[in-house]
Amino acid sequence: MGVGITVERLNAFYGKTQALFDINISVLANHATALIGPSGCGKSTFIRCLNRMHETIPEARVEGTVRIGDFSVYNGTSATQLRRRVGMVFQKANPFPTMSIYDNVAAGLKLNGFRKRKELNEIVERSLRSSALFDEVKDFLHKKSGASLSGGQQQRLCIARALAVQPEVLLMDEPCSALDPISTGKIEELIFQLKEQYTIVIVTHNMQQAARVAEFTGFFLLGKMIEFDKTEKVFTNPSDKRTEDYVTGRFG
Amino acid sequence: MRTRFQQQMEELREKLLRMGGLAELAVDRACQAYTERDLTRCQLVLENESLINAAEREIDELAFDILATQQPAAVDLRFILAVTKINADLERVGDQAVNIAERVMDMIELPAVELPVDIPRMATAVSAMVRRALESFVEGKAELAQAVLEMDHVVDRMRDEAFIVLVRRMNEEPQVTQQALDALLVARNLERVADHSTNIAEDVIFWVLGADVRHHAQSVSVAPAPRSESAH
Repeated sequence: MGVGITVERLNAFYGKTQALFDINISVLANHATALIGPSGCGKSTFIRCLNRMHETIPEARVEGTVRIGDFSVYNGTSATQLRRRVGMVFQKANPFPTMSIYDNVAAGLKLNGFRKRKELNEIVERSLRSSALFDEVKDFLHKKSGASLSGGQQQRLCIARALAVQPEVLLMDEPCSALDPISTGKIEELIFQLKEQYTIVIVTHNMQQAARVAEFTGFFLLGKMIEFDKTEKVFTNPSDKRTEDYVTGRFG
Repeated sequence: MRTRFQQQMEELREKLLRMGGLAELAVDRACQAYTERDLTRCQLVLENESLINAAEREIDELAFDILATQQPAAVDLRFILAVTKINADLERVGDQAVNIAERVMDMIELPAVELPVDIPRMATAVSAMVRRALESFVEGKAELAQAVLEMDHVVDRMRDEAFIVLVRRMNEEPQVTQQALDALLVARNLERVADHSTNIAEDVIFWVLGADVRHHAQSVSVAPAPRSESAH
């Protein structure tokens, strides 16, 4: 099951440049939360702070508190431990090109020393079913590489790979921006189903996508969280003029 | 800035204002026709109806196009929803004006009698409601719309009073029943126009404030609310 995320007084920096300013947010477990905002507003930086990917960039640093369930992200726990609980899917599908479809999904588990073949088979199948890809690839799981799939299938393969380690939170950074409308529809449908089991945070440039898949939406601007509310409120009657100007296309 | 989108929204607004002008004119002409027993004005109201119906279709088509192609949100989405509903109300205002005009055409065939009801006063109040409801749309001001909601009670009371005195008159003097019944029906038509004006005012409040005040669902402060800091 998914767990909630609590962020308090989060500030993020790239060297001397501050990218996030005092972000406070509570993400509800087993819900999809969308983050929207113009390019450079800090939404991707924010999502990367949730699984400590921000600090992989030279001179980048974070201040503040992030809790994933009862797990403190920046307080003595290893990034590896954290990332088993927090899966991530990126803008561009990035399957391991030389691995088979099966091995792509099993990679995380194998990396963690998981070797039981029967259970591994079950987890791979379950993950591929969860990402709505199994029926399309079941006949050539070991024969074809992940890179041989279409863009939409590759993205669902990456989702399966993230789900295989049974995370509690799934972060998605513009997962559909390189996909056609049909593949986008499949991913959105998937998000809708996955939130029964996982907590989902999705960064998107597509406001209609945020409106379709997320119960809550946060609007970022210039590194600040301007508004965070139920999605229908943000898209029908936002409280802040800046949010309204953004969702109505008056800027951004 | 989405220029094409803003142009379409402005076009929608202008079309609705023209439609509002036609509906307002129809009510005014029908009321004058009643007061002056004027057949020519009745005919003008009937001729006007096809223009109102055509305008209704045009507005719906444009709103439908914008919804399908522009995916409006927030205040823009509320505006389009409000416009489509106001559009339907204005078309019905036009229908009520036609009903009044047809009633007047029947009345003109009968001898004129003095009736204990002030239809012209009621017509003035109803015309004012239509005008103010449209003004609240033009200005985008919830407080103007709120004033229209408050006027509805006055018109309801006028209709109730008209009903009581006209039924009494019918009982006392059965030979004027037809004229009294015509007046009663005109009062009812006018009250319906007032109801449509109320609906329009409620839609303006929804557009401007995002608040649903229909059926007393929500009580809102219509004074312009301070809003969070703007980015520009």
